[in-house]
Amino acid sequence: MPPKKCQALLSQLSEYVDGSLDPRLCKVLERHLKTCKNCRVVLNTMRKTIDLYRTVGESEEMPSEVRERLFHRLNLSEYLRKRP
Amino acid sequence: MNESVSSPTFSLEALRNGDRKEFARLVDAFSTPIYRLALRILGDPQDAEDVLQETFIRALSALPTFEGRSSLSTWLYRIAVNEALMMLRRRKPETLLNENDGGDEENSDNESNYLVDWCCLPEEELLSEEARQFLDQAIAQLPENLRLVFWLRDVEGLSIKETAEALGLSETNVKTRLLRARLRLRELLSEYYYERMGMRPEEDAP
Ligand SMILES: [Zn+2]
Repeated sequence: MPPKKCQALLSQLSEYVDGSLDPRLCKVLERHLKTCKNCRVVLNTMRKTIDLYRTVGESEEMPSEVRERLFHRLNLSEYLRKRP
Repeated sequence: MNESVSSPTFSLEALRNGDRKEFARLVDAFSTPIYRLALRILGDPQDAEDVLQETFIRALSALPTFEGRSSLSTWLYRIAVNEALMMLRRRKPETLLNENDGGDEENSDNESNYLVDWCCLPEEELLSEEARQFLDQAIAQLPENLRLVFWLRDVEGLSIKETAEALGLSETNVKTRLLRARLRLRELLSEYYYERMGMRPEEDAP
């Protein structure tokens, strides 16, 4: 496949990943993906990139002292004990 | 009730009337994502904490007039983003957001360097301590305007619409930036994991 075509499809990958790409364009893209390994790699690694950041991001906790100071600052100290 | 796994519902009426218990629930539901967002913008825990506090102080005083046109979460993110950007400008006036859109014309044509499929590296390799540090550095390299879109949409899971509202952008603009951010990060990660795979891209495969 000419790289030009891949370049053009690249811009649709993001919406494809989100499942928001127009169904007709989806078909075109999927047909291309079957024959183009490079685009498959871009798709897979893009998904994985998002995945990794989500995993790492969600595991990043706010320190409990930060929560305590926040509650004090907001005059909510009485509600400090119940952490959901 | 769709996709409200991470966002419990709140009584707007109670919040507007100054119900402190309800406000405490709100603080607990959103303080962590807001702290993380501020940390991503400012890169400094103390600054992030200041922004966190300012965000809820401002929210508290603005709640009585909150009209509920956007969701509470979007509204809070928007306050937080504004606070964080204001602080950023105060700290480092030279890094204003007027850099253009994060470079569309630059080197997106040497894609071929980044065509290694590293997805199947084992999880402990993908998320090793070192790899996590790299992930941090990589996202910190993104221009602000791409990083924020990526963070809100892909990490915190806001919809395109919510991200647009939180950042005061059009949805089209969010989509464009999201694509650029994802492509850029994917390239950075590809370079990094490629080295870990210890093999060349199979460009000459039969
Ligand atoms: Zn292709």
